[in-house]
Amino acid sequence: MKIIVAIKQVPERDAQIRIDAAGKWIEESGLQYALNESDAYALEEALQLKEKHGGEVVVLTAGPERVGPTIREALAKGADRAIHIDCADLNKLDALGVARLLAAAVKPENPDLVLTGLQSDDLGQGQTGVILAELLSLPHSTLILHVDKTDAGLTVKRELEEGWFQTIELPAPAVLTIQSGGNKLRYATLMGIKRAKTKEVRVVTAAELAVDAAPVVVLERVALPQKQKSTQMLTGSPKEAAAALVEKLKFEARVL
Amino acid sequence: MSGILVVIEERDGHVSRASWEAIAAGQKLATLAGQPMNAVVLGAKTEQSAAEVASKALAKVVRIEHPLLAAYTADGFTLALQQFFAAEKPDYVVFPHTYQVRDYTPKLATRLGQALIGDVTAIADGPVFTRQLMQGRLNGSYRPTGSGPCFVSVQAGAFRADEAQSGSAQITVFTPAIELAQIRTRPSERFRGAAQTVDLGAAQRIVGVGRGIKDAANLPLIQELATALGAELGASRPICDFGWLAMERQIGSSGQTIAPKLYIALGISGAIQHLVGIKGSQCVVAINKDPDAPIFEAADYGIVGDLMEVVPALTEAVKAAQ
Repeated sequence: MKIIVAIKQVPERDAQIRIDAAGKWIEESGLQYALNESDAYALEEALQLKEKHGGEVVVLTAGPERVGPTIREALAKGADRAIHIDCADLNKLDALGVARLLAAAVKPENPDLVLTGLQSDDLGQGQTGVILAELLSLPHSTLILHVDKTDAGLTVKRELEEGWFQTIELPAPAVLTIQSGGNKLRYATLMGIKRAKTKEVRVVTAAELAVDAAPVVVLERVALPQKQKSTQMLTGSPKEAAAALVEKLKFEARVL
Repeated sequence: MSGILVVIEERDGHVSRASWEAIAAGQKLATLAGQPMNAVVLGAKTEQSAAEVASKALAKVVRIEHPLLAAYTADGFTLALQQFFAAEKPDYVVFPHTYQVRDYTPKLATRLGQALIGDVTAIADGPVFTRQLMQGRLNGSYRPTGSGPCFVSVQAGAFRADEAQSGSAQITVFTPAIELAQIRTRPSERFRGAAQTVDLGAAQRIVGVGRGIKDAANLPLIQELATALGAELGASRPICDFGWLAMERQIGSSGQTIAPKLYIALGISGAIQHLVGIKGSQCVVAINKDPDAPIFEAADYGIVGDLMEVVPALTEAVKAAQ
């Protein structure tokens, strides 16, 4: 089974986010980056499928040079090789443009399965996998917690809203977007980290892929959300703040 | 037809709440763009839900009906709407931002060379659409520049269902051409996960815990506060994903919806998936080390601080007050 996992490098969860001078994106200098969380679950699902059925796991990502460590992390966890689409201005593309780049890199690989995370922790559009499927003319399913390979193709467990689930059968090859929590993430071993250094990372430029990535949707401005609710902030030492809060809950909100 | 088109989501013949909110959003867009508004309902039997929708201020409601639309599939819904758009050419298509919509609208938009502007929280003149970035820490303003229909999905709770204006719309039927062989996925009936033993929906006091607790070893500290308050313990998704608490304690769009008198969010940043689950809470308290965490926007009272210090102090204060 040849599995391609599309991953994204995103700002670290606790990173201090600042808006850039032009007000069109975030200030990237000095920012710490990490592997997008649901992509980590997609990678884990791919590694488990490979352990069960054999084959190859290829990670695919688009981004500037700084994505290097994220690619090495995926290789250290067990991916066999990587494709890096070198693209300096990813944030100027829309979801369709990014997916067109990824699709152009996936196509010649002819994978049996393409996995990606449900959504990115930075833009949160949750569209890449679905668009990728359409561009590759493959069936897809989203919010997947578990993947079983069958003789006919795939059987997957899909999450629905409010604690409901459903099972979906679909033929392979297919594209699946993976929800977090369906499996348990592994850590890279020392041996894995060592091996990752010698694994193949093929770099292709966006220009080489020759796709039309001109946006049909433009992010014009980013801004801090306007406060709409007046939250009473309780200050002082932890003890003082806690006492003030209990006072408020008891006599003002009357919920204690 | 041109104009604004709202795609309604229904279950068992009834229109979902999120769809009424999408109609309210569509009416806002129709006013800004000075265009008429229509709605469609897809399914095998749409008479009842179409009649419900026709009570709103719409030019017409179209029943897109086909036996193969009985169960939702991305292939079926995409084909049906693609054919309908080819015939009617809407300028804007508005959807509720549900799991189902997330599953097929990016595909439908791609087929028409467009990109969905998803999870929209506000619509302004232009039109310019606002959606959240960086887990709710920032807002982004998006403008469509394509030549085809503009696809928009609206976030749950961002527009008020009761603001959807009433009227009387004409109802028509559209029959798409769909073959069974064109539908590649076979969905099962929906089913529940493991039996629910915790009903957070009925709890009067809930303490919710998020990533901010850092380690499962810190859970007893939180449990002590919950015990002192006589509260149930709930959690944001990551805590359940890590296996630190059972999935049935998850609060949010994929877990339980709560409506307690008191909800205390500890170390929860406030991603929208969590916020939609706590909307019914009477009083919300947020304790977080990050003063910019979006959870404070949803809170009545807030404390910025280290959970390891604030939670024990709060437990003591609660005990002292009883």
